[in-house]
Amino acid sequence: MKLKSILGTVAALALTATAATAEIKIGFAAEAYPPFTAKNAAGEWEGFEVDLKNALCAAMEEECVVVDVAWDGIIPALLAGKIDAIVASMSITAERMETINFSDKYYNTPAVLVAPKSMDIGPDSLAGKIVGVQVSTIHQNYAEKHFDGTEIKTYSTFDEHNQDLTAGRVDAVVGDSIAFADYLASAPDMEVKAELNDEEVFGPGVGVGMRKEDTELAAKFNAAIKQIREDGTYDAIGKKFFDFDIYGG
Amino acid sequence: MENALELLALSPPGWGGNLLRGLWSTFQIALGAYALGLALGLFGAFGKIYGGPVLRGALTVYTTVIRAVPELVLILLLYYLGTDLLNMALTSMGFERMDISGLWAGIYVIGFVQGAYSTEVLRGAFLAVPFGQIEAARAIGMSAFKSHWRIILPAMIPFALPGLANLWLIATKETALLAVVGFSELALETKQAAGATKSYFMFYMAAAVLYLALSLASTGVFALIERHFRRGQPSQS
Amino acid sequence: MDWSWLPEYLPRFAEGLWLTLQLLFWSILIGMSLAIPIGLVQVTGPRPLAWLARAFTTVIRGTPLLIQLWLIYYGVGSLFPSIPGIRESFLWPVLRDAFPYAVLAFSLSVAGYEGEIMRGAFRGVPKGELEAARAIGMSPFQVLRRVWLPRALQNTFPTLTGEFILTLKATPLAATITVFEVYGIGSIVRQETYKIYEPLLFVAAIYLCLTGILVLGFRYLENRIPKQSRS
Repeated sequence: MKLKSILGTVAALALTATAATAEIKIGFAAEAYPPFTAKNAAGEWEGFEVDLKNALCAAMEEECVVVDVAWDGIIPALLAGKIDAIVASMSITAERMETINFSDKYYNTPAVLVAPKSMDIGPDSLAGKIVGVQVSTIHQNYAEKHFDGTEIKTYSTFDEHNQDLTAGRVDAVVGDSIAFADYLASAPDMEVKAELNDEEVFGPGVGVGMRKEDTELAAKFNAAIKQIREDGTYDAIGKKFFDFDIYGG
Repeated sequence: MENALELLALSPPGWGGNLLRGLWSTFQIALGAYALGLALGLFGAFGKIYGGPVLRGALTVYTTVIRAVPELVLILLLYYLGTDLLNMALTSMGFERMDISGLWAGIYVIGFVQGAYSTEVLRGAFLAVPFGQIEAARAIGMSAFKSHWRIILPAMIPFALPGLANLWLIATKETALLAVVGFSELALETKQAAGATKSYFMFYMAAAVLYLALSLASTGVFALIERHFRRGQPSQS
Repeated sequence: MDWSWLPEYLPRFAEGLWLTLQLLFWSILIGMSLAIPIGLVQVTGPRPLAWLARAFTTVIRGTPLLIQLWLIYYGVGSLFPSIPGIRESFLWPVLRDAFPYAVLAFSLSVAGYEGEIMRGAFRGVPKGELEAARAIGMSPFQVLRRVWLPRALQNTFPTLTGEFILTLKATPLAATITVFEVYGIGSIVRQETYKIYEPLLFVAAIYLCLTGILVLGFRYLENRIPKQSRS
């Protein structure tokens, strides 16, 4: 009787799981990152990367399904096969390239240091201060490499360190200039202190993350990115959200 | 105050609808996990009582490890381990890899943890059944199966109910941990809504109210169930 | 399995372990100090206080600890900008660090759950013993200190120790508000090395050992406490 019930449970499990068909599972970071990905009040994803994903999948003529994964588990999820591609504003870095593969970049924006207007600090005067960064990001790498004598607090989402900046628990934060736009608009007493540059840490830009063995998928994504850049789709999407070319130099 | 009502409104741009959808997910995951936990608990309890030393040893390892390791660690381990094992089994049998959707993964993970606690609750309830009743059933010639189905299981229920009611409440609250893994239920929806609107205090209070409503309703339901099953028994304090 | 990362991260795990132990210690200390009056007042009265205590335990036990934690850290934190001068106040070092919030949330949780247990424990002490104590001239406070409280704690000691283990299992949640205890360090290892199983298994092993030590310790204490004789 017990064996039957075990088999029955496995069969039930099999029914509930969806077979991995030819569709591509795109991993979004579960925590929103406006204006690239954000959940609206109806529970749907919207944003630059959402439209970009739709355009890329149309260009590749593939069916794509979005899977939400917590940002700090998104690369393991890719390696474990839960998702096939990461479209979550993930920067192309040498460190990540050791484990995963990237497509060509699809946007590049600078990183900035943000702090209260009332504080007169910059990237060189952070000794003894507390800086907030999102975990597992190029911003964390930059802060750890350049800010000596500074306490670096890591947060699992972009939003949380901004929250603590407002609350005053951190003195400054490092993050993507565009992602800050939303926050700075709602926090008038904060400002961008400096733009940060380090080619080695920041890499060429943001790309689609894939498993190393999926070379075919990478080729498809690269072709799709090229196509939408050439036929104007990329610019059309960019114009919806930004008044400058986000592709970067 | 009007701002608060606007943000909580049931349809966009209010986030109330999202929260309620999250609550419904929470309820579904908790229900599924609870049922799975009960099933595992029945197997585990009877395994511990009637099983041989190997089975009992394995079950002791199961209940000890689950009760000693934090749920957050277990959830992460089970999620990756479970899907990996499933896929290994499937590929070795020649099927394609499968991916388990968030809802069912949540049910499986929390249900597996609940199973360890259920095992102990049900085992305790079984041992509390007065032996005289079991003897009497055997004496009038009932088979082992019949005596279990007709006498022991029904007698176990009143003893098991307080523990089972507690486990249900634990299941509903444990679903919140799934937010850390990125599964969509009430806690994650609240975090996203709070982040999008910057009204952290209000949304977390709203979530607390929703969870509390679920707990109170559940407690009421269990009180009714307990009253039904305890009818005819001498009243207990 | 690849354990090559372990030597490099061992010192950080030691730091994380120390944080875990501190969290556990303070939450239990503060939580039990609150739980005892919360349980007591529900048995003795006065009514309004008893009602408040009941409401407190109901809310704490009816909502997930994670939500309580986030509400206390992010919710209260979001109110800071509207309080002028808070950054210059003497409280600021405490308010700005995440650890006190974790201790507060866990203490309130312990107070809520253990308050409920203490309620049953105080009720369960035979009235005869309390009456006898009064009869020989002890003041109500002396009765509480010498008879009621010790008896109540004796009876529920096994249950309480079980609950303390549950508090240990709740400490990983502190990592979600930047308190990097053992699980938090494990998360950092997972992110920096992209390994899935090894860090989690190591963290699980640490908790197994911790729980084992605590269970043994509590069992030793249990044997030293005289049990209430069945009258």
